[in-house]
Amino acid sequence: MKVFKWGLRRKRNPDGYNLLQRSPSPNWQNPKPYIFQFQKPYTDEKEGFSSFSAQNLHSSVAMPQGDYIELHRKRHGYRHDHFERKRKREARDVHKRSAFAQKALGIKGKMFAKKRYAEKALMKKTLAMHEESSTRRKVDDNVHEGAIPAYLLDRETTTRAKVLSNTIKQKRKEKAGKWEVPLPKVRPVAEDEMFRVIRSGKRKTKQWKRMVTKATFVGPAFTRKPPKYERFIRPSGLRFTKAHVTHPELKCTFNLEIIGVKKNPNGQMYTSLGVITKGTIIEVNVSELGLVTPAGKVVWGKYAQVTNNPENDGCINAVLLV
Amino acid sequence: MEGGGEDEMNKNVMCLLTDPDGTALGAPMYLPQNVGPLQLQQLVNKLLNNEEKLPYAFYISDHELVVELGSYLEKNKVSVEKVLRIVYQPQAVFRIRPVNRCSATISGHTEAVLSVVFSPDGRQLASGSGDTTVRLWDLNTQTPLHTCTGHKNWVLCIAWSPDCKHLVSGSKAGELQCWDPLTGKPSGNSLIGHKKWITGISWEPVHLKAPCRRFVSSSKDGDARIWDVSLRKCVMCLSGHTLAVTCVKWGGDGMIYTGSQDCTIKVWETSQGKLIRELKGHGHWVNSLALSTEYVLRTGAFDHTGKHYSSPEEMQEVAQQRYNKMKGNGPERLVSGSDDFTMILWEPAISKHPKARMTGHQQLVNHVYFSPDGQWVASASFDKSVKLWNGITGKFVAAFRGHVGPVYQISWSADSRLLLSGSKDSTLKVWDIRTQKLKQDLPGHADEVFAVDWSPDGEKVASGGRDRVLKLWM
Repeated sequence: MKVFKWGLRRKRNPDGYNLLQRSPSPNWQNPKPYIFQFQKPYTDEKEGFSSFSAQNLHSSVAMPQGDYIELHRKRHGYRHDHFERKRKREARDVHKRSAFAQKALGIKGKMFAKKRYAEKALMKKTLAMHEESSTRRKVDDNVHEGAIPAYLLDRETTTRAKVLSNTIKQKRKEKAGKWEVPLPKVRPVAEDEMFRVIRSGKRKTKQWKRMVTKATFVGPAFTRKPPKYERFIRPSGLRFTKAHVTHPELKCTFNLEIIGVKKNPNGQMYTSLGVITKGTIIEVNVSELGLVTPAGKVVWGKYAQVTNNPENDGCINAVLLV
Repeated sequence: MEGGGEDEMNKNVMCLLTDPDGTALGAPMYLPQNVGPLQLQQLVNKLLNNEEKLPYAFYISDHELVVELGSYLEKNKVSVEKVLRIVYQPQAVFRIRPVNRCSATISGHTEAVLSVVFSPDGRQLASGSGDTTVRLWDLNTQTPLHTCTGHKNWVLCIAWSPDCKHLVSGSKAGELQCWDPLTGKPSGNSLIGHKKWITGISWEPVHLKAPCRRFVSSSKDGDARIWDVSLRKCVMCLSGHTLAVTCVKWGGDGMIYTGSQDCTIKVWETSQGKLIRELKGHGHWVNSLALSTEYVLRTGAFDHTGKHYSSPEEMQEVAQQRYNKMKGNGPERLVSGSDDFTMILWEPAISKHPKARMTGHQQLVNHVYFSPDGQWVASASFDKSVKLWNGITGKFVAAFRGHVGPVYQISWSADSRLLLSGSKDSTLKVWDIRTQKLKQDLPGHADEVFAVDWSPDGEKVASGGRDRVLKLWM
């Protein structure tokens, strides 16, 4: 096995520019008259041993590698085919970069792709900038739709839904009994999930009372039946008065009061009890939205369908039926 | 008029009749308690030596007197020992019928209607829309008359010259175009100078110069320019505001008032375009300005009689007479409505400090408008209410509630007895000033109502909005 020695390496460049040694250049005996620009020739006698050799050391003081190349170029000029080769090399570079970008895998590829993307974005911006200055346009030529008068121009208003002309539509739908609702099918809730059996009596053997385990709405004028006779217990902790109602077109949510429970899909009994589960249609007070029918009447109640499970979340989320 | 209270049935009260400015009409006198507004009217007419009997309304400490003096005194427990001051206010001789039905729905615009203005003589109607056209409508047949194309972007403002000869419209592209209202053709190329959209246009009053040549336009780029229609160029540029100028008004005494988003109002003089005064006081954008003589300046020489004048000099004279009568002895008053929920009453000719601050709105004030007789100021606000204030002192009088959406624009009837308001909730409402209640509800628009106008002859109301149709109400 060959032992690697540094000395072997050095042999390859016998007359090489060895940065490690401060060796003079081969022609130091007959120095060419060359004025080295970066170092003043020492004339100071105080500098001792270096002074005499400084004048002879035209440019053989160690320079950065590129400076030697520059120096050579200044003396001898460029190669005859230098510029053509440079141009062709740069042209090939593009293909090489692209091949690299396609082949590189892993983190290397990712880092390269990121750099390349940044360059692409910058290039696009400069192109757009150049394009812009070529056509001088003062104002935006496009006529946008959604014209608003001057007093509303600087104001940000929420994008409006189209006018609601639905009391007539609602009335017609009510008569037909058919509703187009956002959640047409909901998971049916079984009775044992809805009610919990409450044992009562001295020996706790009577089991005719039930406690509702889902969210309910009771209304402001609600008073409980005497506890001895009430069959269905609606705990006050599960009673809600307000719902978070989202307008499907405006995409904004309002906190509106519930007026009543219109229909619970699980059964008519639950509707009469006021139980609110997912898919229930409730009626909410929309007077704060400021809706007006074409006849000029103010709309104050609208239907909404519940979209979450209120007993799990602690709040009622609904979407308005427009 | 006997003195002393001898008869128990017929007690007498010491009264002093004063006009709205405060000057007394005659000496204090004893009046029996069974006089009502009718008898007081006769009395005032006699004392003023009016040839024709003019109607008057009477106010005791800002409450209108509708019943006999006696019952009024009993109800309000006014002391009979002090002299009772009765303020009389002249009312318009003519009475406008309230509009109550939609007589026509004219479609034609392909985008929202942004502004609707009647001509000063009430015979023509122009509307500007988001489809970049200005349309002229025939009021007799209620059909479209002319379509004026030429703007590059939405037409935001239109204004008629007070002599009805020119119609100017400003667009979102910052250009102004002058049209001939009889043919609907543009009277030349568009006037370019503003860099951003036009927010307001106001013509020079006809009594200052006839025929009408100059008008001023305000823009979002912060300056107001005075243009000459015959020279077809900008003669002066009034720059000084740092933010957008939201409204501009040419006053009757030759000064231009501009209100801006930089919370100030600047008063300019028109011969050289120099700034005279700066009125500071608002805390937020100034949205709208109103002058006490605004209606007279808008209608020029035309009034409810519908008389037409042939020569410009005659028009100027008649307009000058009307203006002097309207202005009276007091200075011109200016009211500004702002985003800081308040309005300020100024007397710009006298001082640069506010005369009165009118607070009470709970949302920004979008539009303020003086009544044609200058006695009242009405303000439309985004808090869904319209408030009525005294036009001379600035005191609050009444609030009109009924709209369920922000109120965008208001318009007065020519006799100052009825007020019209258009709102985002797609309804228009007519309010009675005397009873301070809703007179008529005008539903029918399918979408927001952006612009309303009552014709100067009081017969028709026009409204336009986002539903792209123009509705005429009678």
